Amino acid sequence: MLKFTAEHEWLKIDGDVATVGITTHAAEQLGDLVFVELPDVGTSFDKGGDAATVESVKAASDVYSPLDGEIVEVNQAIVDDPSLVNSDPQGAGWFFKLKLKNTADADGLLDEAAYKELVG
Amino acid sequence: MSTARKRQRWAGARAPEDWRAPLNVASDLKKTPLHDLNVSLGARMVPFAGYEMPVQFPAGVLKEHLHTRAAAGLFDVSHMGQVIARARSGDNADAARALESLVPVDVAGLPEGRQRYALFTAEDGGILDDLMIANRGDHFFVVVNAACKEADLAHMQERIGDSCEVTMLADRALIALQGPRAEPVLAELWADIAGMRFMDVRACDLHDADCIVSRSGYTGEDGFEISIPADQAEKVCRHLLDHPDVMPIGLGARDSLRLEAGLCLYGNDINTTTTPVEAALEWAIQKVRRTGGDRAGGFPGADVILGQFASGAARRRVGLKVDGKAPVRPPAKLYSDADGKTEIGHVTSGGFGPSIEGPIAMGYVPVALSAPGTPLFAEVRGKYLPVTVAALPFVPNTFKR
Repeated sequence: MLKFTAEHEWLKIDGDVATVGITTHAAEQLGDLVFVELPDVGTSFDKGGDAATVESVKAASDVYSPLDGEIVEVNQAIVDDPSLVNSDPQGAGWFFKLKLKNTADADGLLDEAAYKELVG
Repeated sequence: MSTARKRQRWAGARAPEDWRAPLNVASDLKKTPLHDLNVSLGARMVPFAGYEMPVQFPAGVLKEHLHTRAAAGLFDVSHMGQVIARARSGDNADAARALESLVPVDVAGLPEGRQRYALFTAEDGGILDDLMIANRGDHFFVVVNAACKEADLAHMQERIGDSCEVTMLADRALIALQGPRAEPVLAELWADIAGMRFMDVRACDLHDADCIVSRSGYTGEDGFEISIPADQAEKVCRHLLDHPDVMPIGLGARDSLRLEAGLCLYGNDINTTTTPVEAALEWAIQKVRRTGGDRAGGFPGADVILGQFASGAARRRVGLKVDGKAPVRPPAKLYSDADGKTEIGHVTSGGFGPSIEGPIAMGYVPVALSAPGTPLFAEVRGKYLPVTVAALPFVPNTFKR
């Protein structure tokens, strides 16, 4: 199940674990990333909490936790090579896997059609 | 999200809630003569100093930066103020004398066809703006920062208006062509360009437009800054962009280029609270204006600034090389210890240097901690990251002296 947030994150939900990244649109808006900071495995976040940081040449931006949950895995590859997020944001450029506190919360997120409408 | 850290969502300088909206809707931002060209080239436009300016083009900041260092980058800097100071007496030496009452710089000794970096100083030794002054023979041509230009004009008119007619040129664009291919590109239009040295200024025709060209810039690269009549600027730029070596460059790369070159951004690295000596800009104050010189003093704040030449300032602007990969951005605090106990200064510019391939910054530290190699710590998101004081510039300049 693929879901999106209005804050330009995508979630691929498999059971109670969501793989989370930023959308193609977000990656384009941010421009070339030069630094990514990911949370520690085991950290819990509330929805909207600052889970990761990305930096372009120009600016730093936060990546929010899209739902309540606990980090169970992070993608070290984007820390080693932040340009992966630009080249494949919705694939190899994923950020972290979040074990959802309540899987039903995902129903409140946007589906792909609704997100596409949002970004035009 | 902490606003104190100047963090932002995806859209660069624009707020998250409005970045989908076209920027020119209900906006009172001014446009440069190259606005339509910038938009047609796919620029992302942002507000800057009251203007709608291109922060980046489709190539993106990284490629734009590296292209400028490798070939030639074209910058629209028409938001900057272009000011003429002409002596009412008709004698340009009188205009030089008047300007020397505003800047701690040798203007009287600046030959016709030469340009020099200068600072408008305040009575307390602070810096009101930094600028370029060119001797154009029968007048001086002054280029000032966009955000300061109205204040600079008022300052000049008030202080030297009796002896000089001071006018802002509203009908001219200003572009910069920077990088190792800038000279060959311009030489195809005007053969004499190759004879110009760093800081030379000449009038010339480029595609039948009356231009003023100086061999200078804000990137650390060899290059040129060109003042063009507003109504011909787009034509000249389109011709330059037709050249395969030339790419349009936005303010994002302009900032990373000047940071690598160790050049100050007014409002960040220098302002009314920093003196030229604190800012490590002693080189901009020629000996003739220093104590013991023929025309020593006589500029605002001379007692403070010349006093600092004699006895030193307490703090100094330095370069900072960040040991890890995380960019350190202003206004990150600097500490002498890894636990954040002793705060000693702060970062005034910082980010990722694409040519350095790593994070770099500039900031103010106590003189005792200003020697290259001094280990310090910068606070980023609650952590104290090791940084090292580094000599400026980070990237050697390639000026044609």
